[in-house]
Order: sequence, then structure tokens, then C-alpha cells
Amino acid sequence: MTNAVGRSVSRKDGIGKATGQARYTDDLTWPGMLFGRTVRTTAPGGRIAGHRLDFDPAGFTVVDHRDIPGRNVVALLQDDQPCLVEEVFRHSAEPVLLLAHESREALHAARVKLEEAPAEPVFDPEQSPTSFKDILIEKGDLEAGFAKAAHVVEGTYRTGHQEHVYIEPQGVVAVPEEGGIAVYGSIQCPYYVHRALTELLGSAVSHVRVIQTETGGGFGGKEEYPSMIAGHAALLALKAGRPVKMVYDRIEDMIATTKRHPSIVRHRTGLSADGKLLAMDVAVIFDAGAYVTLSPVVLSRGAIHAAGPYRCPNVRIDARAMYTNTPPNGAFRGFGAPQTQFAVEVHMERIAETLGLDSVKLREKNVLRPGDTTATGQKLGEDCSAKAVLKEAVKRSGYRRKRKAFAGTGRGIGLALYWHGSGFTGSGELKLGSRVTLELTPTGAKILTSSTEIGQGTRTMHAQIVADALGIPYERVEVPMPDTGIVPDSGPTVASRTCMVVGRILQRAAEDMRATLGRMTPEEYYRTHGPLSVTKQYEQPDWITWDEERYRGDAYATYAWGCDVAEVEMDPDTWTVRPLRLTVVNEIGKAIHPALAKGQVEGGTAQGVGLALLEQVVMRDGAMANPELTNYLIPTTLDTPPMDVHLLENPYGGGPYGAKGLGELPIDGPAPAIVNAIRQLGLDLREIPAVPEAVMEAACASG
Amino acid sequence: MRFRVNGKEVESEAHPMARLLDVLRLDLGLTGTKEGCGEGECGACTVLIDGNPVCACLIPVAQAEGTEIVTIEGLGEDHPLPQAFMDEVGAQCGICTPGMVMAAVALGPKPSLAKIRTGLAGNLCRCTGYEAIYRAVKRAT
Repeated sequence: MTNAVGRSVSRKDGIGKATGQARYTDDLTWPGMLFGRTVRTTAPGGRIAGHRLDFDPAGFTVVDHRDIPGRNVVALLQDDQPCLVEEVFRHSAEPVLLLAHESREALHAARVKLEEAPAEPVFDPEQSPTSFKDILIEKGDLEAGFAKAAHVVEGTYRTGHQEHVYIEPQGVVAVPEEGGIAVYGSIQCPYYVHRALTELLGSAVSHVRVIQTETGGGFGGKEEYPSMIAGHAALLALKAGRPVKMVYDRIEDMIATTKRHPSIVRHRTGLSADGKLLAMDVAVIFDAGAYVTLSPVVLSRGAIHAAGPYRCPNVRIDARAMYTNTPPNGAFRGFGAPQTQFAVEVHMERIAETLGLDSVKLREKNVLRPGDTTATGQKLGEDCSAKAVLKEAVKRSGYRRKRKAFAGTGRGIGLALYWHGSGFTGSGELKLGSRVTLELTPTGAKILTSSTEIGQGTRTMHAQIVADALGIPYERVEVPMPDTGIVPDSGPTVASRTCMVVGRILQRAAEDMRATLGRMTPEEYYRTHGPLSVTKQYEQPDWITWDEERYRGDAYATYAWGCDVAEVEMDPDTWTVRPLRLTVVNEIGKAIHPALAKGQVEGGTAQGVGLALLEQVVMRDGAMANPELTNYLIPTTLDTPPMDVHLLENPYGGGPYGAKGLGELPIDGPAPAIVNAIRQLGLDLREIPAVPEAVMEAACASG
Repeated sequence: MRFRVNGKEVESEAHPMARLLDVLRLDLGLTGTKEGCGEGECGACTVLIDGNPVCACLIPVAQAEGTEIVTIEGLGEDHPLPQAFMDEVGAQCGICTPGMVMAAVALGPKPSLAKIRTGLAGNLCRCTGYEAIYRAVKRAT
């Protein structure tokens, strides 16, 4: 029998996604189903003085905060965000009232007058009086490091909001069932929604069941927000006693849901005369928006990655997530790391310019190697591949030759080196305590996890791991869609953990099952002994230590590594920067399914191109002023350059077959690589998106 | 209005200004055609009208009078494009895929890479970075 791992086997999704047979949330319908709608604030904070329904209420279900039977919170980290505004509100597009009706036309024709008494908003995170989270990472003696420095280079770097633009907007259907409620939806983390509904509905329901439907993209955008929309649909469904579908249109999705945190990162770096890093002082500010949501953990990942993949004996990283009166920012592929790595990689380029060094040589001199320690004091093992990806990317792209050839032309070439921690930070995985179940079937095995397939290939990749560990053909492994009524809590589908962490637990479960089966096939065992089920829980590698208070220790079990080389061309009349080619080298431990792995890298890279050059959220009075795909631009076929993607494999012993996390890694590199390529044109650009206006300003400032 | 959908005669009593997308999805139950933006930018609702790819969210059904419409469901089981999209991982989350496939059908046989890129420029995909889609189209056509 051929191994499944390492081969690009047929996807478990089947053909349905390409023939239109796959059923997404908006394709589902129930008898007697109503449609739901949300009435939202328009001011960026204030007080609701009252409201008036300017329509005939016959046939309508109307819900406000008084209809909430449990706690009025969207349960997550700090439970500070209400599901529906009671009186005080903190941002525009905050939900106040819910309406449902069987006719979508009648529903959207209904007029509601909200009386808002606005309060003075704060939009500048640097002026905000409130921090949701402060993190301080300290290593060595910073002042002693600066005292020895021959050069000190400083700089400030900024990144903007980014909208996920999953092509399927947020949507759920809530269906009352036998005293309880079932919610079907486009979601990444069924158990997050389950917990939020349990808090919200309290004893009004006998049970809560959350079922993932086929999901049209997530990228972090369907990590926490589905708890909000699911709560709304459930409240309407319980009051109406009928199923309620809520699907946002694109505009509502863009004005109301989370975005990538904007950032301001200041670097002050001391170096020896020959370019060795001696001291790195990094101050990170993230704009969190109006509620805590996931900002503390986004900030945490941003902070830990802020010194880049470099060794430096003396480091201070001071990071804060600030309250502002905009809709809360949240999880987005990369989870804070793209922002801080943009800053450090553009800063490294500026250091090279200041010292008159070749920037590749500067990186080679300082790059993390096995045995080195990171800013948190984590000692890296042989699975550290920073130097290897740098070398390979420089070679494959012809960087040195092109750097010379492009000089003085309208073209530029730039590079960025990056890393991404796999799985939850620190002791996060231990706290999650993820579980998986493997069931023997009459012909093979069935995987029960809450890990969701959102396009990245979860079901396929998990089935490959189980097939090989159990020694059965891949085709005999079934992977149903998650239903919290059936599957155990395997943790959320986030943080590049689904292959490395959940996949590893599945591998252990399959090995256990194989031990029970002995030399029998599943058919033989099932016939003789009947059903068999194995449940396994996450076990933390015994060498991991983490001090949550001091931010010291093994921040991640392992890291994946990447290096991007971007080639760009600028139109001197329009200041438009066009990416010509991207070379991407990613080291991911082991590619379980090479084609899917490559797809993650290509897709993440394209999203990074958008982050770098196109995607600009215009905020006006705390609200997104361009909430349409007409004026919020993501890369089309014509904006996405050809990519040369090359995967390296340096196995991590704690991952299934050596696999590390992969999903987020590729979005860390394109933006700094592209901006560093623009720098070769003589433009001192330190912010993204590098839209023509920003490029022109940089050109004027650079003289 | 009378028109043909996937070879079958349809008589629609929808409001003439109803979106063709809603008539297809809600009245005819053809949910393979997806809504991504409702403003003709993402192409997830691409169908063929008299052989031309259009966004069904922008077409009032009155405009479909007398035309021949093909949706993803009308492509037939043996069409090579859907299988090529799955094999090459040109579909990840899959929500753009039916529209992308219909736009690819309209490219005709053996399109060049330049023609593929131009022909699919009205169809947004957020998952793949398009490279796998080019591989799929090349494989199937």
C-alpha cells in the first residue's frame, strides 16, 4: 500500500465545490424560515436615547437586549462586548435591535429610527487613554547593549486595517429543536460559538448544537465574529419559534465585522561597527478598536515576532493594544505577526542602507541559528531554518544579479526574512487541552474533530495522517463536517495548529487504534469485536516551559521559516507600483499534501500582495467609508504576479510526520519584501498599503 | 418573461427588475450560482447568457427575455473543468469556483496564460493566489 502522506491525493471535499452541489449557509432553507436583519448604530460611540419602529409590526419578530435570557455578552476572553447594546455604545455599526420577517423585501423596507446621543470619540491609538493589554519582553541589558553600539538606527513603521474579504460573507441559520437550538453556519471555530450561545441563552435552552456548513473562506474573519451573528439569529429564532437565516451582504460585512489591527511600530537598534545586532528596543502599538475581543492574544503574537528572526543579546519589546472607537479589530491570518515583521524587515533594510552594508549580508550575520535564543529566551533547536530559506531565496530569485541590473531603472528588487510560531502561544495549547476521537467503521475509520475545513484542506490532510498511522488506504478514512453534538472539542481552527497540533493528536489516536487492532484489518476487527473508539487529548512536549507573567520561555513549540524576494516596477506618471514576480521559499517541516501546502503559500502570498499594495480601509468618523469591492481592492488575476514557490522540509519531531504550522506563515513576507523593493527605487517608504498616494508622498519626502 | 436555463424552457413571473441571481437561486433552486458582493465585482455569480459570461447579480430578469442561460448546474457531468479545478487545488473554499469555472468555459479551447489572466480578471478568489486556477484551466482546455 502506498503512503498517503507526502502525496497530493484527491481531496475529501469531492467534486461538489466545482459543480455547484456543495451547500453553503445561504444555500440552506428550512420550512417556515424567516430572514433576520440587524439595526446598528451610526455614531462612533455614545448613548441610545430611544428608538421608534416606523413600520407595521405585524409579521415581524423584534428583539432587543431585554430578550436575552442569559448574559448579554459575546463570550470570548473578557466578556466586555455586549451581544446587543443596552444603552451605552462604543462604535459605529454596533448592533442594537434585531428584526425578522418571512419576506426579505418587507424586512429591508422596514424603517427604524434610532436616537443616538453621540459621545466624544477617540480614533488615534496613540492618544487613547485606555490600553486593553500591555506586554513587556526583556532580554539581557538593553542600555549596556546601546553603550557598546557603534551605530544606532531608529525608525517608525505603520500598517493599516485589512479586511478579510472571504468571498462568502458571514452567515448562519438558527433552528429551534426540541427545547434547544441548532445553529448552522459559516464558521471556523464551532466550540467558540457553542460557548458564546451557552452564555447568551442560559437556561432558556436545553441544549446548544453548532454545525459547520461548507465555509467560503475565513482567514481569521470567521474565528470570533460568528459568535455575534449566531447569537443574533438564535435570539430571533427562539422568540419567533421558527428558523431564522442571517446572511450579511458585502457592505454590512465590511462595516460591521473585524479587520486586521493597524499598527505603529518604533524601532531603535544598536549595532557594532561590522553590523552585529547589539540592542533592539521595539515599541508596538496596535489599534484594538472598541472591545477587547482577541486583541491581547493578537498583540502577544505580534510582540513575540517583533524582533524578527534575528539573534540579539539585548532586547526590549514593549507592546500595547489601545482602545479606539471603531469596530473591534480581530483575528486575521498572521495574527499580529505580519504587522511587526513588516516593521522589523523594513528596518533591517534601513540599517543596511545606513551602515553601507549589503542587506543580505546583514541578515546572514544576524540570523537565528540552532542554539541561539529568541527575545523570550527560547533556545532554538535543529528545526530552525532561517539561514536555509534566506540562502535558497537569494539563489532561486537571482537576487544579487537582479539587484545590480535593476539599479537606476524603474525596477526594484527587495527581500524579507520571516518566521511564524506554530500553534497557540506559550501554555495556550495546554489550556485548550484539545481532544479528538477516532472511530472504527466496518470498512476503515472515521475522524471526529471540531477542526473545520475552510478551504485549506483540513479534512484531506487529517485523513492522510490517520490513513498512514493506521495503515489503511486513504479512501477508507471518513471525515464528516463538525457538529458539536457529535465531535469533541479539538480547539479552534486557527494559529496554524490544525495540522501540527490536531494532526499529531490524530496520529497518536490512530497509532493507539492500530495497537488494539494488532494485525487485523478494520473489517476483520469490526466483524469480530464490533465498534471501537479511541479518544486522545493533547500532550505538551515535556521540554516546553513558559512564564506567562514575564513572557519568558518557549513561546512556540516550533517555528516555520520563510524568505520572499519581490520584484516590482513603478509607473513614474501614476506612482502605481506593479509587482512583477515573487519568489517564496517556505520551510514547513513536512508537506503532508504538497499541492494543498503550495496552495496555502500561493494564497497567503497573494493576500500579502494586497496588504502591501492595494488594500486600504478608509476610516471616516470611525466607520469604514469604502465598504464595497468597488473601492476596497483585493488582488485580481491581473494584480497578482507570477510566483515561484519552493517548499523546504526540516522536520519538527513533535508534529505529525514532522509537519509544522503553515497557514499563516506566507502572509508575513510579501509586504516587507515589496516595500524593500520599492526602496531600491530611492523611495523611503515606511508604511503600507503602498497605494499611489503613499508612494507619491514618500517620493516627495525623499526629494 | 420566457427564457431557457440549462436547456429547459422557463417562464418566470418574477418582478422584471428582480435580479437574475435571485430568480436562479430562489425561484429555480439553482444554488450553485453564488453571491459574493452583489455589485458585479467578485464574479461569484457568473453565468453564461447566450455564451457570454455575466454577473447574474447585475442583470434584471427582464433582460434575460428570450436568452439561453447556462449555470454551473448545466455544464454536464462530463465537463473536464470542475474535475481539473479539484485535482489542481484550483478550488480551496470553493465559493468562487462555480463562477470561476463558468468564466473559464467562456475562454474557449486552449487559451494562452495571458488570455486566462485577462478572461478571469473579473472573478475574485481570496484563497489560491490564482496560480492553481491557471493550472486547472490549462489542464482542462
